[in-house]
Amino acid sequence: MRSAVIVFPGSNCDRDIAVALQQITGGPVHMVWHKETHLPDVDFIALPGGFSYGDYLRSGAMAARSPIMREVVSRASDGGPTLGVCNGFQVLTETGLLPGALMRNADLHFVCRDVGLRVENADSIFTNAYKAGQEITIPVAHHDGNYFADSETLDRLEGEGRVAFRYLDNPNGSARDIAGILNTKGNVLGMMPHPERLIEPAQSGFGGGTDGRRLFESLLNALVTA
Amino acid sequence: MKARVHVTLKSGVLDPQGKAIEHALGSLGFSGVGHVRQGKVIELDLVETDRAKAEASVDAMCKKLLANTVIENYAIELEG
Repeated sequence: MRSAVIVFPGSNCDRDIAVALQQITGGPVHMVWHKETHLPDVDFIALPGGFSYGDYLRSGAMAARSPIMREVVSRASDGGPTLGVCNGFQVLTETGLLPGALMRNADLHFVCRDVGLRVENADSIFTNAYKAGQEITIPVAHHDGNYFADSETLDRLEGEGRVAFRYLDNPNGSARDIAGILNTKGNVLGMMPHPERLIEPAQSGFGGGTDGRRLFESLLNALVTA
Repeated sequence: MKARVHVTLKSGVLDPQGKAIEHALGSLGFSGVGHVRQGKVIELDLVETDRAKAEASVDAMCKKLLANTVIENYAIELEG
């Protein structure tokens, strides 16, 4: 499985997700600078966490209009598996690949800690190694993670099984405790929690476990056996 | 021509920063202040001299970049 990690000025989780992909999928990982206009031939695209363009204007707004994103939007629209974590999720909503927006946390605090999540949809290419309803621990670290969409959109997301993860104890005010959502085709996932930060025991200094690992194993199951 | 774009959160969208400002005003002793909403102002210098063309162009800028119309409204003021 070949992956591309898009790197924006201000990305700071690009190395982490590249290491996770290398370790778990064993395939090559291309780091692609935001000014590029072509993506290498890959099976999977990751938009990493961080503070692209210093969160200027709105989180993810500038990154969503950078040259490489035209290619990312085109591949993702054609069904290319694409994951956005944290800032990557913000970028995905800003491009319109995912509905809604990520607003300032309801209590205005930057939140940085392990959170409990429930896996709501375990049938996707991103979540098939989890069990539906399974409770897992993944860290969050964000200021703008408060998911907002109008109630019609929220109903549609829920009705179509497109809520991938929900917070057990909502840390940011997100509508209906939503932590991660899928697009209509199920090939694009955006999530605020950082699965790449809990893939091996050495990272779980606070006893968090290695629950993030399964997300990458899911991709491997789906994309390599496909 | 100068353009000034006002970007505000749509009514019904929670504005935690506005709430915090309201709270701070209250604790500074300003009473009777409610429903504080905050936003941003973006100023642009345009080469365009035709008002209608300038407005259409800024409107396109708002839709494409300056505002996120999922959560924000915008208003355009032209000067000169």
